[in-house]
Amino acid sequence: MVPLNWYLLLSAAVFSIGVFGFLTRRNIIIMFMSIELMLNAVNISLVAFSHYLQDLRGQILVFFIITVAAAEASIGLAIIIALFRNKNTVHVDEMHEMKG
Amino acid sequence: MENYLLIPFLPFAAFLINILFGRAVLKEKAHWVSILAVAGSWVVAVMTLRDVLAGKTLNENVYTWILAGDFKVSVGFLIDQLTAIMLIVVTTCSTLIHIYSVGYMHGDNGYYRFFSYLSLFTFCMLMLVMANNFLQLYFGWEGVGLCSYFLIGYYFDKKSASDAGKKAFIVNRFGDFGFGLGIFVIFLNFGTTYYAPVFAQAGSLAAKSYNFLGFDVHLMTLISLLLFCGSIGKSAQMPLHVWLPDAMEGPTPVSALIHAATMVTAGVFLVARCNPIFSQSETALVVVALTGAITSLFAATIALVQNDLKRIIAYSTVSQLGYMFLACGVGAYTAGVFHLYTHAFFKALLFLCAGSVMHAMGGELDIQKMGGLRKYMPVTYVTMLIASLSIAGFPGLAGFFSKDEILWMAYSGSSPVGKIVWASGTLVAFLTAFYSFRLIFLTFHGKFRGTHEQEHHLHESPKAMTIPLMLLCVGAVAAGWVGIPALIGENIGIHNGIAEFMKPVLGHAEGHGTHGEELIVMAVSVVVGFAGIGLAWFMYMLRPDIPGKLTAQFSGVHKVLYNKYYVDELYSAVIIRPTIWTAKNILIGVTDAKVIEAIVNGVPAAIGGVSRQLRKIQTGLMHHYATIMAMGIFIIAALMLMRSW
Repeated sequence: MVPLNWYLLLSAAVFSIGVFGFLTRRNIIIMFMSIELMLNAVNISLVAFSHYLQDLRGQILVFFIITVAAAEASIGLAIIIALFRNKNTVHVDEMHEMKG
Repeated sequence: MENYLLIPFLPFAAFLINILFGRAVLKEKAHWVSILAVAGSWVVAVMTLRDVLAGKTLNENVYTWILAGDFKVSVGFLIDQLTAIMLIVVTTCSTLIHIYSVGYMHGDNGYYRFFSYLSLFTFCMLMLVMANNFLQLYFGWEGVGLCSYFLIGYYFDKKSASDAGKKAFIVNRFGDFGFGLGIFVIFLNFGTTYYAPVFAQAGSLAAKSYNFLGFDVHLMTLISLLLFCGSIGKSAQMPLHVWLPDAMEGPTPVSALIHAATMVTAGVFLVARCNPIFSQSETALVVVALTGAITSLFAATIALVQNDLKRIIAYSTVSQLGYMFLACGVGAYTAGVFHLYTHAFFKALLFLCAGSVMHAMGGELDIQKMGGLRKYMPVTYVTMLIASLSIAGFPGLAGFFSKDEILWMAYSGSSPVGKIVWASGTLVAFLTAFYSFRLIFLTFHGKFRGTHEQEHHLHESPKAMTIPLMLLCVGAVAAGWVGIPALIGENIGIHNGIAEFMKPVLGHAEGHGTHGEELIVMAVSVVVGFAGIGLAWFMYMLRPDIPGKLTAQFSGVHKVLYNKYYVDELYSAVIIRPTIWTAKNILIGVTDAKVIEAIVNGVPAAIGGVSRQLRKIQTGLMHHYATIMAMGIFIIAALMLMRSW
């Protein structure tokens, strides 16, 4: 039996890798993948708690998150493609149209 | 009597119809609505007079206007002897002048506008005289002032006319400010603004003093003087007389109706209406009498040397209004109202004749450029001559009886200043006769002094104008016959009707003098009247060189009189220019430019400055936002963890 803490540590580690990747990398596709990592880290902890508390609602929530993440990924990728077609780059430092 | 509501509201209906449909529908027929309405008012007013003569009076509240705590004001009507006589004066003059205007204003652009204002004026004036409380009186008072402003500035594209309108309105503010305060003081002390309870309590509150602006003033004196402030403004008495001569910029029927016969006499009406209050204060009465006497003398001397046809008559009006106040000031309210009533006829007639002359002369007003008009316009000549004889106090005509009554009451009454005001009144009677006939001789006699073109154009006015002249002429002759003094009346079996009639409202002023003295006073006033006419005849008919020589000899006096004692210049220097200076240099220069603009411009500038700094956060770079978000999450998580410990 794997204790709950191990799952949570794994989740925290994956989440931190996601955050670290999101903050340090400048390639928009890698940043996007980092976001997916963070989402899945949350999913891990949700499933772990669901098992620990013997409550299926956590796993239902995970399905919702996966659905939302899929939708988000499709829109996000569409935006990235549109951006790439216009600017010919995936480097975020060159995207500052929203500068105030 | 039960139809009395028609009296004010018929003209009001005419006003509404004309102002709404006049421009598009009625156009050249606008006068029909107004004339029919005012003539209808006149018929009802005559029926009302008949009822009042039969002894019926009425005091009725029709509609609750304002109700706030203890303060209750109704639209209410009081019809008594004083109201009845005012109704006759207002509706008669108004009807005749409406008819006259058809001829005078023919073809004018604002024809419908003129008639709608004239009807509105009639409505307001009737509300003023029929009110049964001070607030409704004030409503009518301001209403006639507003109409006066509209009609003086009727030719609004002419700068002098619109300036004169503003002047009349602003000068009247000074008087009405006092009047308004007077009504406040009345409400504070009597707890009501209805005439009946106020007048009933006037006697019991007579001894009361009142703290006004830090001074202890006798209550009745205070109220009387504050109300009299309003009278001074509206009736163009010293020192607020300056607006009336300028008001002659309006069309002549307006001068006749508003600035001679009705509106300007509202001040006299106010004093007469409030006689229970004024009678409680000797001081106030002396002030009223002296103001009247000084104004009448002052205006009469100015009228001696003016050359503007309408301004001479305007100063004559100021002078005669002074006469009425003089009468009220010596306690002879009946004589004052009697003079108001006769004056309305002969002064309206004088103005309408002047309008007829202007009509013939193509708008020319300088009497030095007239002369010999007698043979071109006989009707105007005869009617104006009769009006002038009436104002000069020719025995038997309207002006004679009322003027004589005033002089006798001043002489014989118990007023401390009675003898002084009698002397000045007699002097004014002389001056009045002189300047009235100077006007007649220069305008209608001698040789024509205008251009050939004008001479060619001379003609008698149309019937619509001459018929009202003739009808008013009947009034100028016969209006005084209701007030034949006992001295003459008892010999021919007529008693002094007006004194008897007005007694319930205005009381009865007792003269203390013998028949002999009364005869002498009367003889003196007749003699000075004839002397004035004779002197005018001598100076302007027999020896036309004399006026020029006199002017040369007394050029200083002439200059002062010709420039109206420099009162306008004085006000300009003391009030107008400092006000404009303050407005320009302090209100515009400092308050507006430095304070208000600083606030108005400063607030957006500050917001702009702050936002310029805040915009720097918005870099548009994704990792900046990501860093800030991550920091936010860490801080929140840290706080949560710390709390859970």
